[in-house]
Amino acid sequence: MKYLSLIWSTLFRRKTRTLFTIFSVIAAFLLFGLLDSVRGAFANVGHNVAGASRLITISKQSLVVSLPTSLLMRIQAVPGVSAVTYANWFGGYYQEPKNQLVTEAVPQNYFTLYPEFVLPAAELRSFHDVRTGAIVGQSLAQRFNWKLGDKIPIQATIFPQKGGSNTWMFDIVGIYHVSDPNLKAEENQLYFNWDYFDQATQFGGGTAGWYIERVAQPKQADRVARAIDAISANSDHETKTQSEDAFTAAFVSQFADIGLIVGSIMGAVFFTLILLTGNTMAQAVRERIPELAILKTIGFSNRSVLSLVLAESVLLLAIGGAVGLAIAAVAVSGIRAKLGPQIPMLPVGTQAWLRGVALMIAIGLVVGALPARRGMRLRIVDALSGR
Amino acid sequence: MSPLVEIRSVSKVYVRGKQKLEVLHHVNLDIGKGDFLALMGPSGSGKTTLLNLIGGLDSPTEGTLTVAEKRIDRLGQSELARWRASNVGFVFQFYNLLPMLSAARNVELPLLLTKLPAAKRRSHAAIALELVGLADRASHKPGELSGGQQQRVAIARAIVSDPTLLVCDEPTGDLDRQSAVEVLTLLQRLNRDHGKTIVMVTHDPKAAEYASHTLHLDKGTLVEAAAAAESPS
Repeated sequence: MKYLSLIWSTLFRRKTRTLFTIFSVIAAFLLFGLLDSVRGAFANVGHNVAGASRLITISKQSLVVSLPTSLLMRIQAVPGVSAVTYANWFGGYYQEPKNQLVTEAVPQNYFTLYPEFVLPAAELRSFHDVRTGAIVGQSLAQRFNWKLGDKIPIQATIFPQKGGSNTWMFDIVGIYHVSDPNLKAEENQLYFNWDYFDQATQFGGGTAGWYIERVAQPKQADRVARAIDAISANSDHETKTQSEDAFTAAFVSQFADIGLIVGSIMGAVFFTLILLTGNTMAQAVRERIPELAILKTIGFSNRSVLSLVLAESVLLLAIGGAVGLAIAAVAVSGIRAKLGPQIPMLPVGTQAWLRGVALMIAIGLVVGALPARRGMRLRIVDALSGR
Repeated sequence: MSPLVEIRSVSKVYVRGKQKLEVLHHVNLDIGKGDFLALMGPSGSGKTTLLNLIGGLDSPTEGTLTVAEKRIDRLGQSELARWRASNVGFVFQFYNLLPMLSAARNVELPLLLTKLPAAKRRSHAAIALELVGLADRASHKPGELSGGQQQRVAIARAIVSDPTLLVCDEPTGDLDRQSAVEVLTLLQRLNRDHGKTIVMVTHDPKAAEYASHTLHLDKGTLVEAAAAAESPS
């Protein structure tokens, strides 16, 4: 610790250069925090459903493979399942392709499984009564200035109607809101009557995209999930039952290999960071050769000089890394509140910090190695005479 | 009583590429405890090399070098570093202070290698600064001090760990006459009042007058031992 103030002083000997380098380290670790959060969400979810109060059952083959609606009664009969509903992805856009929507066809009991969606009982009754009825989230309604009673045309991108038209007309019969601020992103969805979809769609009728089960005892979620999957074992529609987080992750994974993308970006970022900070450290040590010689003159050993330069390098990374990860922690928390489960992200927790600290130390040692070796090996008499 | 520094048949050869350059040739020299020795000679005569050997900054190619009854020519680099930390103080022509540290923290540097607690280190540094008359400049950085003041800070750094031997390489070479007199008087006081053994390399005959002995080197050999000089003070 007694060397800390010396290391600190030498680190900030050239304030501007050090600050710019620290900014680049902050940016790298901010990116690391964000991407690691996404990678962690994809890597960790899906295999453990213990403690989940809602489960989602999809085709074992792929999320895009539908399941027969005949499964409904059999899932309902599984001990531990207190309610079942299902949904089908519809998608589509409003007015212009840039206004892509999160739209699902759902049966009338769907909202009983989602008590976090709050809407008046009268509006829920209308959803039951109006075949073309749709319930939209408050944020989505505000975005397009939709009101109760409005008729809205949605352009289908996957499911045309039997007549060939891609335009589906919906009557807005309900607007729900979500009271939990962390789940506000859930208000950006539109749900419409399953019957309307099932009867009017050119294809895809009679099947469900996925089932949602409410588990009576979350502690038994794992057993319930296995029992549900056992129903379709060895059939042509084997299922995979998982938590909601895992489902979301699987949904996003359809579009890209998240692990590979995240790994590639982080690799490129840290490679650049190594070059940048390595250059800074090399310059810093080159300028300080006479000063290092003086330290050795007054009795600092080769190993002490090596340690001082390495510590300076690690400190540079640690300052930027800690600030970057702290910003990432705040940003992830904000993004989770804003987007909800649409982009699965884990909070920047202990594991991420441990990985981050390990990276800071590793990169610090790598970039400090050559300058530290140079400092260690310098000959005092040569350095003092400017050779 | 044995001398503090015993140099016996010391040679130093530098190898530059295929060329061998003998800078010191079988030098023999005794420096008594409490001496203030000035080493003079033309450029390239080997005086700084001899000073570096005495200070343990370099090792002789040949011969033996004993300081305070310790054969320092046999020490490895780590042992030499430890030996320097506790036995020698260094003063250079260009002060060689760390520019980002205050005067007090520059003086405190050698004490980082000791087991002294922070408070003791600070108080020792304050005493050393007071001894060189710069107690009021403790918080100033080298860039905020004159050349003479910087050299006095360097002297405070050299004496803070209370070494037996001070080696000074052209300590007044970069100073105006007034500052040089102040620095030389300070060195003389450290020699006379505090018993420090001082070896000083200088080109300046006036600076050498402050020493109790002057030796001349030429082409790597001691050529003359001047009689003890009278101090102008």
